[in-house]
Amino acid sequence: MALQEAEDRIRQLDIELSRATDTATQRELQQEKSQLLAQAYGSISSFDRVYLARKTTRPGVRDYIGRIFTDFFEMHGDRLMQDDPAVIGGIAALDGMPVTVIGHCKGKTLDENIKCNFGMPNPEGYRKALRLMKQAEKFRRPIITFIDTPGAYPGLESEMHGQGEAIARNLMEMGSLTVPIITIVIGEGGSGGALALSVADRIWMLENAVYSILSPEGFASILWKDSSRAREAAELMKLTAYDLYARGIVDRLFGEPAGGVDSNSRSIYERMKNALLNELSILGRQNGRALVEQRYKKYRRIGDCTSK
Amino acid sequence: MIPLFKERRRKLTLFKAMRPKPEKLPNRIPEGLYTRCPDCKQDFVTDQIAAGFYVCPGCGYHMKLTAQGRLKLVIDKGSLRELNAGLVTLECLDFPGYSEKLSNLQSSTGLKDAVVTGFCTIEGHSAVIAVMDSRFMMGSMGSVVGEKISRAFEYATKKRLPVIIFSASGGARMQEGIISLIQMAKTSNALARHHQAGLLYISCLTNPTTGGVTASFASLGDIIIAEPRALIGFAGPRVIEQTIHQTLPQGFQRSEFLLEHGFIDQIVERPRLRSTLATLLRLHSVTAQKKGGG
Repeated sequence: MALQEAEDRIRQLDIELSRATDTATQRELQQEKSQLLAQAYGSISSFDRVYLARKTTRPGVRDYIGRIFTDFFEMHGDRLMQDDPAVIGGIAALDGMPVTVIGHCKGKTLDENIKCNFGMPNPEGYRKALRLMKQAEKFRRPIITFIDTPGAYPGLESEMHGQGEAIARNLMEMGSLTVPIITIVIGEGGSGGALALSVADRIWMLENAVYSILSPEGFASILWKDSSRAREAAELMKLTAYDLYARGIVDRLFGEPAGGVDSNSRSIYERMKNALLNELSILGRQNGRALVEQRYKKYRRIGDCTSK
Repeated sequence: MIPLFKERRRKLTLFKAMRPKPEKLPNRIPEGLYTRCPDCKQDFVTDQIAAGFYVCPGCGYHMKLTAQGRLKLVIDKGSLRELNAGLVTLECLDFPGYSEKLSNLQSSTGLKDAVVTGFCTIEGHSAVIAVMDSRFMMGSMGSVVGEKISRAFEYATKKRLPVIIFSASGGARMQEGIISLIQMAKTSNALARHHQAGLLYISCLTNPTTGGVTASFASLGDIIIAEPRALIGFAGPRVIEQTIHQTLPQGFQRSEFLLEHGFIDQIVERPRLRSTLATLLRLHSVTAQKKGGG
């Protein structure tokens, strides 16, 4: 049974449990529930992870910023056109150290979802991010980006305003920034929309986050003209944190409790904060040129067509 | 009654089989003599169209060119010295049927992958050129395209040469998954170094240029030119229509639309493509010499 169905069934069981009066039925239901739980979380498929990565109850960028950093000062607008709520960013302090934080924002409630366009940025979002990153370089602040997007928004105006150009510009400029950049994929890492904020010195991923060239639905519809084969596509795409770690694309994984990070998120903030402090102290010792050189090599070797 | 009819039919088919078959008349119009313009649907003699580099004599539509045809149009005859011609992907193990597809395309197109890169001269001016070919899996960018483009930029940076890229691509190559996605960052970073060295990069957009290629090197030229009526964009028109549930306006994502919105410098028709590139190279060679001190 897929995780999503198992969770639906568990929710149903919980309702039945609360209604059950005699101990025998309660025990029976309890047993079924624990069996289901063990079964569902015991063997998680790639598509289950896609489901977990997309869960609306999962902590979003604002949760991470609020729990890891202090003194967050949010900045708006790309200074060219408008503000894109799908990408948020600003200055914050990490244990007293000033940093620039940027991330995709999906929003929690339906109203927020709509306002944030479900975390799908327009060119203005990428240009805002670039503005903040350039500013970080000016003031020698490390950059931390949080990735959580289905992809760049495929719309009329986003094309009119140069979606392709905005993403391309970020890829080019991020490669040359002389301050440390750490990217953390916290949920969905969808396509160019995710890549445009994640050309980094270190790429980290939560255990149930995914990062792929396209959504499994899109992948299935391009290859087989059938988006309902998403489950099959997900298995083929090698999009889980483990797959990407094995391929050397991701540098570090953060384990999640069974049921996903949202079932017990307290520990993740602490672990992430410590990891950031550690890594930034290592990266901070290097000068800008060395950082750029290493970042160049990190990307240069991926798909270099020479056998390892 | 019925067996009688059956018997008759059996005999008739026997006779039919014995009768000499009429020889198949040779098709009066040999295959490929005419080519139909995909835009105005008129037929023209293929030789005439080929001589005009596949520009429709009726409506001026620029039909797709192969990499070989493009090179013939643009560079000095015999000047190509191909770079990294032998590169093939090592990322084909995970995806079922991908290796077979590659080897079929390799034999039908005479290409190893979707891009040809090399050193060339254009009216005597040296340049590094990359030409994508949409016949090869829609010109999609996987590890080979990413690697060849990156190496082309690195070579040009080392030799202090300008780079010209003709893009024709449906985007990143799905079959190579995340590796294809990373090629966008890789090529853009190689391009950045060429850029920082003060060297010229001309991006030429041809029909179609979309997806991951638009969102990387194709949009980053010092000068960006496009062929008329080429489809250029990040998301494909079908995806956009499905997302916004509207039909797209006429001419959306075509070269003329991009020119109007400020994303390309000029639309250049094929007859003046070669001379335009030569002029641009000449105009930059003077400054390059002054700056680099020869």
